[in-house]
Amino acid sequence: MFGLGKRDLTLFLIVAVMALFAPFILNPFPTDSGMAQFNAGYPDLMQRFVIFGILAIGFNILFGLTGYLSFGHAAFLGVGSYAAVWMFKLLSMNVIPAILLSMIVSGLFAVVIGYVSLRRSGIYFSILTLAFAQMSYNLAYSVLTPITNGETGLQITLDDPRILGVSATADGGIPVTNLFGLEMRSFETLNIGPWAFQFSVGYYVAAVIMLISFYIAIRIFRSPFGMMLRAIKSNQNRLYYTGLNARPYTLAAFVISGMYAGLAGGLLACMDPLAGAERMQWTASGEVVLMTILGGAGTLIGPVLGAGFIKYFENIFSKINDQVVHGWVSFLPDGLEDLVVALIHPFVGKGWHLTLGLMFMLIVIFLPGGLVEGGQRISRRLRRKPAEDDAKSASTEPAE
Amino acid sequence: MDAIILQILNGLDKGSAYALIALGLTLIFGTLGVVNFAHGALFMIGAFCAVTLNRLLTLSHQVVDETRTDFLGNPLKVDVPYMQDIFGEATGAAIIDWSVPLAILFSIPIMIGFGVIMERALIKHFYKRPHADQILVTFGLAIVLQEIIKQIFGANPIPTPAPDVFRGSFDFGTMLGFDPNVIIYPYWRLVYFGFAAIIIGAVFAFLQFTTFGMVVRAGMADRETVGLLGINIDRRFTIMFGLAAAVAGLAGVMYAPINSPNYHMGMDFLVLSFVVVVVGGMGSLPGAVLAGFLLGILESFASMNQIKSILPGIDQIIIYLVAIIILLTRPRGLMGRKGVMED
Repeated sequence: MFGLGKRDLTLFLIVAVMALFAPFILNPFPTDSGMAQFNAGYPDLMQRFVIFGILAIGFNILFGLTGYLSFGHAAFLGVGSYAAVWMFKLLSMNVIPAILLSMIVSGLFAVVIGYVSLRRSGIYFSILTLAFAQMSYNLAYSVLTPITNGETGLQITLDDPRILGVSATADGGIPVTNLFGLEMRSFETLNIGPWAFQFSVGYYVAAVIMLISFYIAIRIFRSPFGMMLRAIKSNQNRLYYTGLNARPYTLAAFVISGMYAGLAGGLLACMDPLAGAERMQWTASGEVVLMTILGGAGTLIGPVLGAGFIKYFENIFSKINDQVVHGWVSFLPDGLEDLVVALIHPFVGKGWHLTLGLMFMLIVIFLPGGLVEGGQRISRRLRRKPAEDDAKSASTEPAE
Repeated sequence: MDAIILQILNGLDKGSAYALIALGLTLIFGTLGVVNFAHGALFMIGAFCAVTLNRLLTLSHQVVDETRTDFLGNPLKVDVPYMQDIFGEATGAAIIDWSVPLAILFSIPIMIGFGVIMERALIKHFYKRPHADQILVTFGLAIVLQEIIKQIFGANPIPTPAPDVFRGSFDFGTMLGFDPNVIIYPYWRLVYFGFAAIIIGAVFAFLQFTTFGMVVRAGMADRETVGLLGINIDRRFTIMFGLAAAVAGLAGVMYAPINSPNYHMGMDFLVLSFVVVVVGGMGSLPGAVLAGFLLGILESFASMNQIKSILPGIDQIIIYLVAIIILLTRPRGLMGRKGVMED
């Protein structure tokens, strides 16, 4: 079905079902219980899960398949956001043209950057992409202020032309992003017992787009084009010796991955029509890399997992403050309680980045294959299958 | 003419910082073959060594001064640093005043120790891993170090003054026969440049004229053969890592009065230093120094108003632009060696 193999189809269906029922799955704790703060089933966070999932899927097409580590992917995210907001300002508040334009613009941007950067590989490629991203970031803050609105960020205002829409709604407010009238920010709440499930339009739009992108990524992974990209990763020289030019393939992968990032940026702008240059900063690029690595580079489901994992923990960890920790350990004697709180304090709340950095290091050191590899190891151990022949068939060494 | 000299001078101090950081980076790369994204964090830790020493020296206790009164008529309480108790008033004050230069001595053992521990505990395990993994793990380490510093010292920049003698500026123009007040240059920046020149010279002399340096150079050229000759090259490379960390740390210590240390200063410098290393040529020490000064000076020229009015925004992107052009026209960088990181 859909031109997918049996395993891929199962994977795709699992992801689709998870995405569809995310408001239930991510909301396991009743609203009034103490655990409610661990719920992730509210629209804003779920949207970020899928949008950053798209970003990581796209990044994985480049990094996971070809092995080119781009450290400037956030630039495409930023460009996509700006393009989408401009579409809201000039054309209409419908999200379709905005998303299309953000993909086109970031794609063109990727053609230019990729054409130049892909002349080099390895660390030089990383530095070149980083240089381009920093250039875009600096320019967005300085010279391009008429387009990007500098530090304030690009916003929609009441006096925007909006040719196919209205500049202001009947009651004088700023119109809302919508899909043919369905407002992105509107949501329905379903109350079942103590649970409150929220179904947001924005989330489902983003989730459907994520599923489409995921489907395309599977097709790319399984296509001859994907094989070609893997060949580039394992031994580019051999490709040259056999008379094949690798560059058009890498460029295509780069542009596709840039368009995914632009799409994610456009979607971010659809959910909240605001674009700022900080989205292009190199730490943001580092975050994309982290998501992909954490989940498992080169695997299909890894990047989505990684994006969800990071966004979830970012949200949860930064919400935990000292009082919450006190609440958890209140059963301990006072002195011990303060000690435990003092120990946990640096890692939660504003210290979330410390946890992120530590996690990053631990993953790279102990689990280079990411969560997917971790899952495989666990399942292998559970099945008590001899690990050796599995590992042998999985990794084929390039002959030198 | 005077404007040109002024811009060259202005570029020197930033160029010195770039050169020092890039020197350490390329030293690590040339010896261990490791791409260290945490090098900017080492620079930052150096700067915070200066802050720490400054705070330690100014630790004080309150003494009631009976001769003076505050505005309420109560006897005035004066903070007296312990340093003044120990060394007497004048010497104590002088020690506090000179806290930044003193921090050089304070930071060298800390930075070398830190570098050696970092190499033994973390980097050692990444020799054979792909460069992408090295970049990622050191990037993670950089985040961790940065956050720890943020937790200890807070997010705001901490002003760390230079000694009184070096405050103020010096009229360079009159020496060259220009009008007074045309080319003025802060003393401390001149000190910084001189300091950087000494450190760079010392590193080169160490590598060139000592047996240890000779072995290290041999190891850079062919690690395996040196190992086969019965020399423990790993240990020497570890020490070189410590040295590179110390160079970055010293660059940070002395930079503290120029730019008040904050927790993200390392990241800001890191990206640029990498560009510098790549422009100079991966693994080439003279290339790193040359490119550091070159880019520092270019950056200060690009921020001249005359140039900015022709090409707006050029000051923001000049370094990256130059890096892109150089990488595309001279793939090995300005002075890169053949066969180093050419894949």
